[in-house]
Parts: sequence; C-alpha cells; structure tokens
Amino acid sequence: MYQLNKVDKKFPGVHALKAVDFTIGRGEIVGLVGENGAGKSTLMKVIYGAYQPDGGTVTIDGKTVRFQNPRQAMDHGIGMVFQEQSLITNLTVMENIFLGFEKQFVRFGVVDWKAMAEAARKQLAKVKLDIDPGMITAKLSFAQRQLVELAKVLTLEERVEGDLVILLDEPTSVLAREEVELLFKLVRELTSRASFIFVSHRMDEVLELSDRIYVMKDGEVVDVVDQAAANIDSIQHKMVGRDVDKEYYREQRQGAYDPDRVLVSFDGVTVPGRYEDISFDLHPGEVLCLVGTEGSGREAILRTIFGLEKPAEGSVRIKGQEITRFNARQSVELGVGYVPRERKVEGIVGGMNVYENMTLSQMGNYSSAGVLRIAEEKALAQKWIDRLAIKTPSVFKDCGGLSGGNQQKVVLAKWRSGGSDIILLDHPTRGLDIGAKEDVYDMVREMCDAGAGIILVADTLEEAIGLSHTIHVVKDGKTQKVFHGSPGNKPSLFDLVHYMT
Amino acid sequence: MNGILNRETLVKWAPLIVLFILILFFTVLEPRFFSVRNLARIAISSAPALMVAIGVTFIIIMGSIDLSMEGTVSVSAVVFAFAFLALGGTILSWAWLALPLAVLVGAAIGFLNGLVHVKLKVPSFMASLAMGFVGTGFALLLTGGDRIRVEDEVFRGLLTERWLGFPVMVYVALAFLLIGWFIQSRTALGRNFYAVGGGEELAHASGLNVNRLRIMGFMLAGVFYAVGALLAVGRIGIAETATGNNFMFMSITSVVVGGTALWGGVGGVWNTLVGVLIVNVIGNGMVVIGLPGYVQDGVLGLLVIIAVVLSTDRKSVSFVK
Repeated sequence: MYQLNKVDKKFPGVHALKAVDFTIGRGEIVGLVGENGAGKSTLMKVIYGAYQPDGGTVTIDGKTVRFQNPRQAMDHGIGMVFQEQSLITNLTVMENIFLGFEKQFVRFGVVDWKAMAEAARKQLAKVKLDIDPGMITAKLSFAQRQLVELAKVLTLEERVEGDLVILLDEPTSVLAREEVELLFKLVRELTSRASFIFVSHRMDEVLELSDRIYVMKDGEVVDVVDQAAANIDSIQHKMVGRDVDKEYYREQRQGAYDPDRVLVSFDGVTVPGRYEDISFDLHPGEVLCLVGTEGSGREAILRTIFGLEKPAEGSVRIKGQEITRFNARQSVELGVGYVPRERKVEGIVGGMNVYENMTLSQMGNYSSAGVLRIAEEKALAQKWIDRLAIKTPSVFKDCGGLSGGNQQKVVLAKWRSGGSDIILLDHPTRGLDIGAKEDVYDMVREMCDAGAGIILVADTLEEAIGLSHTIHVVKDGKTQKVFHGSPGNKPSLFDLVHYMT
Repeated sequence: MNGILNRETLVKWAPLIVLFILILFFTVLEPRFFSVRNLARIAISSAPALMVAIGVTFIIIMGSIDLSMEGTVSVSAVVFAFAFLALGGTILSWAWLALPLAVLVGAAIGFLNGLVHVKLKVPSFMASLAMGFVGTGFALLLTGGDRIRVEDEVFRGLLTERWLGFPVMVYVALAFLLIGWFIQSRTALGRNFYAVGGGEELAHASGLNVNRLRIMGFMLAGVFYAVGALLAVGRIGIAETATGNNFMFMSITSVVVGGTALWGGVGGVWNTLVGVLIVNVIGNGMVVIGLPGYVQDGVLGLLVIIAVVLSTDRKSVSFVK
C-alpha cells in the first residue's frame, strides 16, 4: 500500500539514494539494513517527510503524494519512533503523547486535563503500559519511554483515515534483552493496526522480527530477502560486497610499527554505560582503528585517552605514566592531540584566523610573560601551510571560511606543530571530498613515519581496513575481535561486519 | 563576498557610520555641537564610561556577562577616597598609594566574581549582578551615605588641566584604551578570551584552563572598572555610593552598539570606543539641540535593539532564549 518508485536523492557531492524501489504492505514488518552511510537514514527521512526526493514518486494506495514536512506525512498515517528519543523529559507522559495536538482537548481556551489523561490512558493501553499519564516523563525507564513514543505514534490511528506505517529507528539500542522480546511481541500484535519499518544494526534482531528485509549499499537497494530465505552471512556479504582499493588508502606506504615502545596502554579499562574491560597498546608508527557501530563505545574510548571521560576501573598509561587525574590539559601536555568529528564545534574556532587556530594549544611556546610573539606564530603557520599545501589566501584568513579539507589540515597542523605524537582521529574524513580525503590519508602515513601513534575511528570500514595496522572491533562496549593486518594481508569487510552486528 | 557592500562589511563598519551620521546630524542642527568645548564635554563624560565598557568588553568576548560594574565602581571610588584622605590628601604625599589600592580593590572584587561564577557554577550574569549589589551595599556601609570630597588640586588636574582643549583624564582614558588593545591583540590572555568565546569546547579540548581564564577575565574587568571609578571621582571631585550609578546600562549599551556580539568571540576595544562615543554623542547632542532627557533613553533603547538585530544572523539561529 505504501510505495516508493525509483526515488532519487542527491546532496552536494553525494548521491544518497539511487532509484530506490520500496514497498510495504498492510500489516507487514519490513527490515532495513546497511552499513553506516549506505543511505538508510536518508531513505527513512524521505519516508517520513523530512526530505523531499529529487526524483521518483511516493504513492499510498496508488495515489501519488508529496510531503513537504513530517507533519504532512503524519496526516497520511506515517509516524516515526526516533532512535534518539524525542520525548520532552520535563513534561508529563500525556503532554508528550499529544504534543502539538492538544487542540482536541481545549474548551474555551482551557485544556481539559481529565479528558487528555483519559485519552492518553487509551493510547498507553495499546502498548500495554500501565502508568499514570500525569507522570513526569523523566521518571520513566528507557524501555518505558520507548513504549510511550510508540503510543504517541499510534495516536495517528484515531486521527488519520487509512493505514499506518510506523518507522522504528534502532528501537532496541538502549533496551535489555527481555525488554527487546517484549517490544517485538508488542510490535507483532500491533501489525493488526499498522505496518512497521524496522531499522537496526543488530542483524539477528532484524531477521527475527521482519517479514522481508531490504539490504542497502551505496544508496541502492541491493537485495530484498524474505524471512524464510534470509541468512546472516549472505546479507552481510551483500551489505559490503566490494574490495578495498589499496592505492587509495596509501597502503604501499604502510610501514611496520615499533613494537617495543608503547605510547598509550589500556588495561581492563571500564567506563560504566560506555564500554567495558578494554585493553590495548598503541605503539609509535601504528594506526589502531576502533571499529563498531554508532554508540558501540568507540568515541568514549577516545574521550578517555583525551582526559574527558574518567574510567571507573582499569589502568590507563600514557608514555608509561599512569593517569589518575583525567583532564584535557594534562593529556595535551603528554602529547595527545584530538581531531574531533564536529570540526565546526570542536576542531577550529571560526572567527579566529589560521595562525591563531594553529597555536591555540601551544600558546606557551609562542609567548613570553604572556605577550605573544606573533611574528613567530605567522612563520609557523606559513611553514605548515606550505608543508600541507593548505589552500588559504594568507595566514590572516578566518578559518571558518576555509573548505572542510583545509580546516582539517589546520587542525592536524595545530597538533603536529606542537609536537603531539598521539593523535586521536574521530571521523577525520567525514564530509570531505575525495581529494581532501587522500590528503588526510597521506598525512596519516607521514605522521606514522615520524613516529606518531594514531587511534582512528574511521568514517567507513574500507577506510578502517585500508589505513590501520590493528583493528579492534567493538560491539556494545566490548572488544569482540582484534585483527592485525599488513599490506596485502588485511581482514576483509565481511570479517569486520560479522563481529560488528 | 560580492562587492564591497555585502552584509559582513556593512555590519563591521555600521557603528562607525552611525557615529559619523550622528555627529553630522547634530552639527547641522546646532553648529555649536562641533566646537572644541562641546567635544571636550563629550570626551569627559565618555572617559569613565569607556574604562568600564572596555572592562566588560573582555567578559562579553568570552561569551559571559558581567553586571557588577556599578558596585565595583562605587567600592573602588569610596575606598580610594578614604585612603587618599587618610594618607595625606594630596598626590604629592603618600596618598598616591590610594590609586593602586583602588585598582587592587577592583581586581579583588573581580576575582571574587570569577570565583563565584566558576567554582560555585553560578551563571555569570547572576553571580556578577549579585556581587554588584553586595558592592553597592558595602560602599553605603563604608560611607554611611555621606559624600567624600577629594579636593586635591593635583588629582583634580585630571579635569582642570587641559592639553589641546581636552582635559588630562581624556588622555589617561586613551592610554588605557591602548593598554586594552595591547591585551586584546598581543597577549595570550587576550587571544584566549576570543578562543573561549568562539568555541569553549574547543578551547578546553586544546588544553586551555578555561576556568582560570574566566577568573582572570573578571579580574581584568575589575581593574578597568576601578580605573573608571578613579576618572569618575576625578571628574566631579566626589566619591559616594552613587558614583557607580548608571554605569551598567551605559557600558553594556556601548559594547553592544559598538558591534561586539553578546555570544562572544567577535568585537573588541575599538568597537567599544565607537559604542561609547555613540551613546555619549546622543546624550550630549539631545541636550544641545534641546530635547528632554527621557527621549534620550528611548533612543538608546531602540539603538540597542537595532544593533543586536544587525549583528545577528537570524538564519543560523532558530531559537533565542
């Protein structure tokens, strides 16, 4: 009944959806799987009206529709249960359920709370949640909030004529196993009221719940499998299904690292709620990659090394020194440099120019008694502009006005010029075009040759495999498997995905 | 991006253009406005305000706010006057020590301010507003409501001695403006203010001690408030609780009208100079052309709104609290 025909979506530099066909029948549960960046979220956004497709048509019961915003999609019976829960925690459960639709309870400008509570109770009964609708949402457990979200979406049933389609985006990521079972049971029962689209990184769950599974890769639907015929291995093969281009990732320049010296050492480190019992050693010249899905604990490990997240157990050593007081200042002094994912937020200060950004972490080296030696700063900036071929009209250019690739170079120059030799890269190539990506790969190799150790959270699996000496696959905060790879002898994409999902 | 007349350039130069238009406007209506005598009058009323406004400029560049200036100015002024009289009552005796003492008092209040803000994690506007009230109350406690006269001729020379038609206090204020400029552009401290205002997360992630920096900022602001207090006392020869009155609205208005953005990272002491001059030109010009004082307040209020509207890129900000 709900159908996408040859839907296309392009963003600058990315062809996010390529002629995608997608159908969902009445009461059906459809699974949607694919790597990060395969186009799942774009597809979902098209379905619930947050994006408008550039080509192709969307039809409901044969009639073509076009949604300008999610509200219009809701009016056609399409609801979304968000992964990042979208409830406002300081409001009551019933206020959340009817947020934006309070009008039905308003008499002469006053909200009839009793009527709203009654209606909310009816919605909560659909998801079998026996709580007081007047409760403040913050007091609910995550599992309960998930059900409230579902109840909220199910209010569409009363408002909309025709059938419902409900998107579930990673609904199980914060739930315990028993809670997942309950949710699945509920979803199956609710198929009498609605169809579901289920998106998850956990392959076994997708197989368990879905009637049919769409497999996406590079913006295309590469396969549609029925539950009966589905098998995890073959789906995982289809999700990755390509080889790594060795030259692109500068594999020929990958040298051996120095196994005798250790830059960073983790021994049984645990941050409750983030990751558990993580151990590794980072050596000079090594690229160590943390691979896992979003929220698997990769970023939290980087944050611990940088002194932003204090572990509850285990020992962290940087260059042999046991870390007890975790703060960023100390980590910077020990030679740790952090290249964050959000360049605009944490990478460069917009409004400050190139040399000001470059010396921000090492102003002590460029000032005497607090007075800056600006001539030296400029000389340093010029040196690195030449060395990394940073495209900027001058050292006075506001960094906010540089391209993403050049901003990234400024960030790397900031750390390298200050002598940092433990470099944490969090999605260093996100949002960069191909040429800029290759520049980043070159820099990674150069830093290794110079004896720096790099911990990488890569943007894609290919990048992870291509760049690293060592790969730790992390799932739900625990190391699943460690791969070692020299050029020509690297783990395959399939090996990684197998342990990730 | 296209041509000279894009939005960015316009916003950058708008305050100066407004200042010129105002001067032109008042001069056309009343030629005496542009006489040296009148310009000196504007400069005299601007000098203490400029000091206070420069102090708060640093705080606003950091993305915080400081509302303690009225209390700080009052306490510094009163402490100065008491010490000055107790130590001999003339600059030529040991009484000159009262000058650095007042500055130290300003720094100390700023330090307390910063401490309350950073250590107790009280939002800066609330911490400093409260500290300002404490200061005003303390000044009243010290004076018991009396006015303290400072009649030393050498100290009053700040006002009475004139070079090129302008009193000494104007040159003192200019000297401190240059010091402020030096701190802003040539010291690690000044650079760090911009870094914290432009991206606090990033400043932290670059290993800066953001808390210490904030406390230093409030101390520096306190020093400038105290200098403003000294000029204010020099101007009227009296120190009292009311010495600090009106500095809060005056200085914040000046900073904002001068084009320093309230969310930090943008602007500087030259913007503040232009802002202070705009505010004082309007005040003086209205009197010269014979408009009542309440019109002046209304005009200033409108000007603040226009300045903020001009400097905000509304496309990138979806909600304002």
